[in-house]
Amino acid sequence: MNWENLFALMRNEILLVIAVLALILVDLFTPKAKKKFVIHTANVLFFLFMLWSFVPLPEGTLFGGSFVSKPLIGFFKAVMNVGVMLIMLQAVEWVRKELIPQGFASEFYVLLWSSLLGLDYLISSGDFLMFYLGLELSALPVAALAAFEFYRKRSAEAAVKYVLLAAMSSAIMLFGISLIYATSGSIYFDDILHVNQMPLLELVGFVMMVSGVAFKISLVPFHFWTADVYEGAPTVVSNYLSVISKGAAVFILMTLLFVPLRRYEGTWTLMLWILAVLTMFVGNFFALRQQNMKRFLAFSSVAQAGFILLGVIGGNAMAVKTVIYFLLIYIFSNVAAFGVVHVIAMHSGKENIDDYTGLYRTNPRLSLLLMLALFSLAGIPPVAGFFGKFFLYATAAHKGYYWLVFIAVVNVTISLYYYLLPVRAAFLRRSENPIPYFRSDIYSKLGFAVLAAGLIVIGLYSPLYEYIAQLSQIFQ
Amino acid sequence: MIEGISIQVILTFTTVLFFIGLYGFLTRTHLIGILISLELMLNSEAINFVAVNKYLHPQFLQGAVFSLFILALAAAETALALAIILQVYRRTGSVDVKEVKELKY
Repeated sequence: MNWENLFALMRNEILLVIAVLALILVDLFTPKAKKKFVIHTANVLFFLFMLWSFVPLPEGTLFGGSFVSKPLIGFFKAVMNVGVMLIMLQAVEWVRKELIPQGFASEFYVLLWSSLLGLDYLISSGDFLMFYLGLELSALPVAALAAFEFYRKRSAEAAVKYVLLAAMSSAIMLFGISLIYATSGSIYFDDILHVNQMPLLELVGFVMMVSGVAFKISLVPFHFWTADVYEGAPTVVSNYLSVISKGAAVFILMTLLFVPLRRYEGTWTLMLWILAVLTMFVGNFFALRQQNMKRFLAFSSVAQAGFILLGVIGGNAMAVKTVIYFLLIYIFSNVAAFGVVHVIAMHSGKENIDDYTGLYRTNPRLSLLLMLALFSLAGIPPVAGFFGKFFLYATAAHKGYYWLVFIAVVNVTISLYYYLLPVRAAFLRRSENPIPYFRSDIYSKLGFAVLAAGLIVIGLYSPLYEYIAQLSQIFQ
Repeated sequence: MIEGISIQVILTFTTVLFFIGLYGFLTRTHLIGILISLELMLNSEAINFVAVNKYLHPQFLQGAVFSLFILALAAAETALALAIILQVYRRTGSVDVKEVKELKY
């Protein structure tokens, strides 16, 4: 074992573990009256860690191929860190108001970072053991986080639904992995890549394994937990689940399909085609009839997963770069939308679309950010989301899936209707008792400013797209 | 390797065990019962990995190591799920699935 190599390639994970341990120590030595200090420490620690994660990682493998590091993986880890940082900025006020009176301070951050650690291991896994460990390490802390609002019945309900269904899906996935191990004789992706036969038993295992990942991305037959968990869990946790956890799962799905299971390309393109159509239609039609904002965003995130599949189906370097680019935009738009819902729910306790009536007159800046985020999710031109969606269509059309692109365009039209509902309520309607004006704390203001700038800039700043394109050449 | 028992017998056994667990997961209305069914599914996979390793690919220990990790993670999952079920019991006064019904369409 080469120690220098270990620290160079696993730098991200090792630093995160150090941050977790350091925060526990800080919490231990902070007197009870000054727990606010822990929040500031956590934010500063994570900010430094995020900055460090932008230093490119060298390429290589560890533990005989279990842990893989590539420039693209390093870049995606940095993107996930930015997402978690933005979510943490929104969480500051919530932790101060809700958790510290209950006697918790560092627990939220420790669990969140542990889950992020699991996702880091998940996306750089090179065999099924690391893959499984990463998936579980990312799921279990989130289940604990979902139950964090102890006095609310819904929080416990969301957590029990998430933990049981996540465990069941990972059990089905494990059975699939054991079948793949039985037929190919190895759990390493590199060895599976070089097996040439395609026995039916392995096909069964492959389908079971993909269903485990599809649960994480909340593709349609596996999406039933999404709305319930997003509504019941604290908004910060729903935010994390909908962007970071989903993004990492999409990344590892691409790695699995494009590298070790390449020989099933005929099967998985058909599978993704059907899943994409189902996911878009079901997500959109259920989003139409939602009144609760969190539930509405949950179904919109199901529909967005369908659009992401449009890029994954391409199966080449172009697919990788468009999907990563879309995920980057999706992280910004969904974090912004959930963030607005979060601050409004925290200050006024209101979560329904009708409550947003007349929001522009009392909170103009928040409603502008909400508009930007929803326009980006819907894909309206000046905002970044349009470019992301456009490239996804281009990838699918490039491979000749014209019908799929047509169905996606129909779905975008449907989604435009429900994305405009909250915007219409906020801007065009007058209300007798709108949500009163409130001042957000400095942390969420900072986070919102970054998000608003990001939503505009990412779409227009083309060197970023070219940088991602250059990194994704490794997947051929 | 066990004398007189072929790999087919073991794989049939684990598959039956897995689907008994899946059936139990879907039909039980008691949360602890669901947890037991889950354990059944995970254990069938652990047996699967060990048997495949011993019978088909005995040159490396990948399957045996994998089954060790499955046991550890199953324990972690059960501990967390039990804690959350306890939380549900405190809020609703019951551990029946039919009482967990606040969030739905």
